[in-house]
Amino acid sequence: MDEQVKQVPAHWRLVLDSDVIARSISRISYEIVEKNRDLKNLAVVGIRTAGDFLARRIRDRIQEIEGIEIPFGVIDITLYRDDLSHSNAQPMLKGTDLPFPVSGSRIILVDDVFYTGRTVRSALDAIIDFGRPSCVELAVLADRGHREFPIRPDYVGKNLPTSKDEFVKIRLKEQGFEDGVYVVPPSNKKKEA
Amino acid sequence: MPRHLLGIEGMSREELLQYLDNAEHFIEVSGRDIKKVPALRGKTIVNLFLEPSTRTRSSFEIAGKRLSADTINISGSESSVVKGETLLDTAKNLEAMAPDVLVIRHRESGAPHFLARRLKTTAVVNAGDGAHEHPTQALLDLLTLKIHFSKLGRDISGLKVAIVGDVRHSRVARSNLWAHRLLGNKVTFVGPPTLVPGEFRDSSIFGNNLHLEADLARGIEGADVIICLRMQLERQSEHFVPSLEEYSHEYCVSERVLSRYAPNSVVLHPGPANRGTEVSSEVLDGPRSLVSEQVTHGVAVRMAVLFTLAAGSPSTNQEQQV
Repeated sequence: MDEQVKQVPAHWRLVLDSDVIARSISRISYEIVEKNRDLKNLAVVGIRTAGDFLARRIRDRIQEIEGIEIPFGVIDITLYRDDLSHSNAQPMLKGTDLPFPVSGSRIILVDDVFYTGRTVRSALDAIIDFGRPSCVELAVLADRGHREFPIRPDYVGKNLPTSKDEFVKIRLKEQGFEDGVYVVPPSNKKKEA
Repeated sequence: MPRHLLGIEGMSREELLQYLDNAEHFIEVSGRDIKKVPALRGKTIVNLFLEPSTRTRSSFEIAGKRLSADTINISGSESSVVKGETLLDTAKNLEAMAPDVLVIRHRESGAPHFLARRLKTTAVVNAGDGAHEHPTQALLDLLTLKIHFSKLGRDISGLKVAIVGDVRHSRVARSNLWAHRLLGNKVTFVGPPTLVPGEFRDSSIFGNNLHLEADLARGIEGADVIICLRMQLERQSEHFVPSLEEYSHEYCVSERVLSRYAPNSVVLHPGPANRGTEVSSEVLDGPRSLVSEQVTHGVAVRMAVLFTLAAGSPSTNQEQQV
């Protein structure tokens, strides 16, 4: 593979560019520090795949601001989904790793795009299988609306009004792209699936 | 149409590696305080074991339970088979109760395939059929090797593998042969010609990477992996070897012969082992032995298999936001 930045398809509409994403991550990090005056038991946990990269950036930013070590973990929610067994493709696991005592910790859960709330529901189930955190807060880069569960993010990068048949895609530097959040119109939905 | 796991023969390399990748993640689940994930909640798994087994049956049962499936076990002596019911009738009656997976061990080669062709809604997993295949054993052997060799910075491709003992009656040997062939590994079957029949020389079936060797020292020379097979003591009356004493004199895998001819090798055994017959206690309990890792990884491999066959995957592509 060469060093070139990968390109997204031309019909994807850029809604959050790399500057906006960087500022959002910075603001969310400051908000977390401000709201959690005592950072002693704080841990940042990302939901695979993109949430994992965003969580790492938020963790690094908080460490920069406060000059302390913050534990970091990732969750793969595949084993906790409520929509398994709807297709025949082989499910791929990417692994869960929470290398800190979950019981008693204050967890900042990070996801890329907040939609129905089902991913977060699964992630909460996964976390409590490891112990009893003293609290869990949710940070998301974008909230696109259409909640189906009584779950709401505590920290939001951008609100992104979308219709239900649109797709929201995120591409990050860690995946070889330029940072960006895109809306894909419904007419092209088939191409993406 | 349900998917099945009937054997390693005919599996693609990608499918094999995918099972191993998923299994590696399931090791983590077994290391948790709460060793359970909800992935197969509401699914039913029937373990139909018509041949004696402790390890494989309990391994499948634990795997199913750790995935939150409901598992039931039926063994030969307590099933209607002893009342003369045919295998197909037994399986059809079980299917009428809508299990998602039927795990079957049977003394006849091809029994799981026979059922897979006839059952309409149940996925079939071969847990050992006659002398034919034991796919989850080969997968757990590979997972054990993958983890061991990755610690040494090595891949599981390009290994030299010696499979020693009663190859003739061994489904473990056959499943491992297919598996190692997919990975491009060199396999040598080692044993007396009565137990390593010449049919394996047919390269149109078994490929060019299989070698047969009657001499233990030559067979294991330079091997990275030695897989010891169980001497099937119940077959002694069939005179494949003059006596067990004579067999072990020539073919027992001992530390003395390993340190001389395959000093860097690791040893696998599918169990149950006959200590002193096919392998010495010193080897079995020594630092080369990966036997207890095999048992641990057996649960992870079976979780990966059951999960793959019974769960399906998210309804659309990986990137959907929910």
